[in-house]
Amino acid sequence: MSICRNVGILPRLTKQCIRLASVQPTRSYADMAFTFASPASVFYNKANVKQIDVPSFSGSFGILPNHVPLIAVLKPGVITVHEQDGQNKRYFVSSGSVTVNDDSTVQILAEEACTVDQLDAQAVRDGATKAAQDLLSASSEVAKAEAQIAMECYEALQKAVDSH
Amino acid sequence: MALFGKVVVTLPQSCGTSSQWRHMATLKAISMRLKAVKNIQKITKSMKMVSAAKYAKAERELRLARPYGVGAQSFYQRAEITQDEKKPNHLIVAMTSDRGLCGSVHSNIVRAIKAALPLKPPGTNVKLIAIGDKARGILGRLYKNDMLMHFVDIGKRPPVFQDAGNVALEILKCPFEFDVGEMYYNVFRSVVAYRTTVMPINTMQTITEGGKVSLYDSVDEEVLRSYREFSLASLIFFAMKESACSEQSQRMTAMDSATKNAGEMIDKLTLKYNRQRQAVITNELVEIISGAAALK
Repeated sequence: MSICRNVGILPRLTKQCIRLASVQPTRSYADMAFTFASPASVFYNKANVKQIDVPSFSGSFGILPNHVPLIAVLKPGVITVHEQDGQNKRYFVSSGSVTVNDDSTVQILAEEACTVDQLDAQAVRDGATKAAQDLLSASSEVAKAEAQIAMECYEALQKAVDSH
Repeated sequence: MALFGKVVVTLPQSCGTSSQWRHMATLKAISMRLKAVKNIQKITKSMKMVSAAKYAKAERELRLARPYGVGAQSFYQRAEITQDEKKPNHLIVAMTSDRGLCGSVHSNIVRAIKAALPLKPPGTNVKLIAIGDKARGILGRLYKNDMLMHFVDIGKRPPVFQDAGNVALEILKCPFEFDVGEMYYNVFRSVVAYRTTVMPINTMQTITEGGKVSLYDSVDEEVLRSYREFSLASLIFFAMKESACSEQSQRMTAMDSATKNAGEMIDKLTLKYNRQRQAVITNELVEIISGAAALK
């Protein structure tokens, strides 16, 4: 008789246990949804990474989960993404914007981005010399500013290629 | 004589009297029509294949551009930036293209704009910017004085970020100081479905006054301005990609149904032509026989 009673309780117990166990774990405290995209390609879409190092005009900084919300403008340079499994991936970006929202989502939108090993050292050197010539021969303010921007970009490219 | 009773002349409804001369003219007219419809079917079939190829490419690029566009919009959503409709100066941007024969994508945009204008509070000063010849044509006729600028050469090649950058630059440079900005574009949902949506174009003031913007760290005027300019270009790029994909898919559908309709018309016309041809032959026979009978 007692066996029957225990057997009768069993299904109800298991049902309660299943209900408790099936409560979906919400995003834990230390997660971030990281989106890194350029107009032509997507590198990360709502991915969960450990840290992102970002070069910006207001200084280089690293973004960890639950960073204070901020917006910043990207400087030409290298973004380092520290992934969950310990790998570090480096990408060169030309310009763009960084947004950290209050729900720990991070969006990095780059106008042009590529992995550092896609950079061609010779092409970078040629481009840098040409930009220097443009700067010298620039006549109007706008042309001078454009050449200056190109120079800074090529310097950053050179640094990225050299440190690879 | 007995032959008469057995002959049944089937005259088409369009032909009034049964004169042979009238039949010959109708026969030629039908055959000309048949040739024209066959040519049209060939053209629409090739247009359908071309736009199917362009649609496949556009859809691929849109899939890559979607995280970019959604990411660009997320700041405005999370910071709960809303526009105050009661402010007087409004700017409306219509995102269409230069080429037609694509179903109702362009007319839906214009219709949405036309429907939204009377709903604005009285006293608002509304100006329009048209991207693409189609919007310029229709809106230019209706609101000639309110058209600020228009962009052409949209639709032939797939949009690139440079195009969006140019459009954004012109919008930011234009002397009209708008308080509320809206962009009407088509969001691509599936091959048969798209939705006309409005995207807000926020001004510096709207952003700085925005709901949760104070939460954001290290935000100064310089950074905010650069950020807003870049995100405007990104949002326009996203809208261009979505609109292009919707347009190609609708053109493919439209050309497909045009080809099918042309096929049906060809079938019906062929039957009509054959019936007419047989009627002409029958009439010739009748005349010959009756002539022969009269001679007897």
